[in-house]
Amino acid sequence: MATQTRTARRRKPLQLGGYLGLIVAIAIMILPLAWMFLAGFKERDEIYTVPIQWLPEAYDLSNYAAALAAVPFGNFFLNSTITTVIGAGLKMLLGLTTAYAVVFLDFPFKKFVFGLVIFALLVPQQIVMIPNFTLVASLGWINTYQGIIVPGLASAFGTFLFRQHFLTLPISILEAAALDGASHWTRLWRFIVPISAPTIAAVALVSIVSEWNEYLWPLLVVDRSDMMTLPVGLTLLQNNDGVTNWGVLMAGTVLVTVPVLIAFFALQKRIIAGLTAGGVTG
Amino acid sequence: MPTIVDLHRSTDSAVAVSVSTGVVSPVTPRTFTPRKKKKPWKSWLLFLLFAGPNVALLIVFTYKPLVQSLYYSTLQWNLGSASAIPVGLGNYVTWFNDPGTVRVVTVTLIFTIATVGGGMVIGLLFAVLLNRKLHGRGAARTIVVAPYVLSGVAVGLLWLFVFDPNFGITAALLDAIGLASPPWYNDPHWALVMVIIVYLWKNVGYVALIYLAALQSVPRDLLEAAALDGASPVRAFRNIVLPLLGPTTFFLSITTLLSSLQSFDIIQAMTKGGPLEGTTTMMYQIYQEGFQAGRAGYSSAVATILFAVLLVVTLIQMKYVEKRVHY
Repeated sequence: MATQTRTARRRKPLQLGGYLGLIVAIAIMILPLAWMFLAGFKERDEIYTVPIQWLPEAYDLSNYAAALAAVPFGNFFLNSTITTVIGAGLKMLLGLTTAYAVVFLDFPFKKFVFGLVIFALLVPQQIVMIPNFTLVASLGWINTYQGIIVPGLASAFGTFLFRQHFLTLPISILEAAALDGASHWTRLWRFIVPISAPTIAAVALVSIVSEWNEYLWPLLVVDRSDMMTLPVGLTLLQNNDGVTNWGVLMAGTVLVTVPVLIAFFALQKRIIAGLTAGGVTG
Repeated sequence: MPTIVDLHRSTDSAVAVSVSTGVVSPVTPRTFTPRKKKKPWKSWLLFLLFAGPNVALLIVFTYKPLVQSLYYSTLQWNLGSASAIPVGLGNYVTWFNDPGTVRVVTVTLIFTIATVGGGMVIGLLFAVLLNRKLHGRGAARTIVVAPYVLSGVAVGLLWLFVFDPNFGITAALLDAIGLASPPWYNDPHWALVMVIIVYLWKNVGYVALIYLAALQSVPRDLLEAAALDGASPVRAFRNIVLPLLGPTTFFLSITTLLSSLQSFDIIQAMTKGGPLEGTTTMMYQIYQEGFQAGRAGYSSAVATILFAVLLVVTLIQMKYVEKRVHY
């Protein structure tokens, strides 16, 4: 009884502090994004002013028009879409088939093969970028989609996650499929993929996001503006004449971030599931 | 089962895995031993068809270049040049004797410790906050994680405007309490602080997310029992919750360390390693030496050193995790 009244008395200020903390956290996360959105609508004299002016006088799109006129955003968008869809798609395919092989097929060096896949997780892209750049250049793949996509195509992490998932599948379903005489290919696509849909969706979304945001490698293998992806092309708006035109640069930044933000808010449940997949330790 | 971490991309490394319980080893065998004994090579061939392409890609674009990089590090070789001079360990000797190396290593250490340590502390604070029964915490969780899925370049650029010493938000906030804005753009130390803040802003949501998932698995009755025993919430947190978060903390220490050491986008968008190389980390140096200065051999030597450090640190952490985390 005594304890109860004590906790009840203590709860009030604690709750208040909780909400205060929540508001501060949200403000820190949202303010910079709001600043970017608002700057995209501001005229020069509204940006270069002290004290700062938060809201633009009018919401006109001249900065967006200027950004679209200065660099080929249409191409960036197309290139990002193509490399992301093909890259993430093939990566998922490779991950699924490799995981299937490791879990369901017989091979004398299976453990070694799986180890080879997993150890690749420990090799950062930057460590191998010079040899890969040399190889891609010698193949004549500079400024091509295959040059952007292929070197990062192999699936190590996806393979690992799918393997973990496959090991938890009810064996009875698979045995039924085997008795049906279904080939391994059919078993994978007719039986395993459908019941693994949530896991596959979560992994796919995270893979799409990282492909879309990929910067270093496309920066190295593309120097023609019409072949650039969004993150690489965006930097073309930076400092063209020594002074940054913030209004135009922020308009461009909005164009790059908004598709991802919309996708994130629409699919947040799945994306968050993908991010935490396996992150929760036993 | 060791902890496994994706190092390829900063966003990817989000989805990393640490498994210390028996998730991995199934009781029932999964491979279907054929009813009638078929020729084993048929099954091997299938295995190669299923796993071969992926393994081939890994060999061509990860393992072969890893060995090549080691070889390149013994050359005095400019990127794109047809000829190279073997110099043995010359590049390594040059790096260790270069007066700039102390600065690069210091910058790398400060950046790494601040982003990893700071990220874990702030991430845990956010997670504790989001774990409380407050209205709107679901929306708050989404908002806190949102920057994590954005392009590092875009994040770097938008923060560059936030930090504008004349027309940015920080200048206005500091002005409100009577302070002048620090020279974020022109002073090497302030520039380092700036990129650290931006890195934290972008990535802290991931740490919060993982901690939150771990907090939600802390048994409620344990905390209720502690409260009945008269333990204050702070004491209950320190003595019950924190130890239970141990495995998560170790897992995060590996993943965030590895993605922090690889950060490139934000530095490239905001400072390009400057001013006065004040934000040049080892990873950025590898890029700069290889692709700006064209000294591919030297760059490969730095890459090899960094990879060796990464490998040793990861192995030590994994050993430590294996020892500490089982219960």
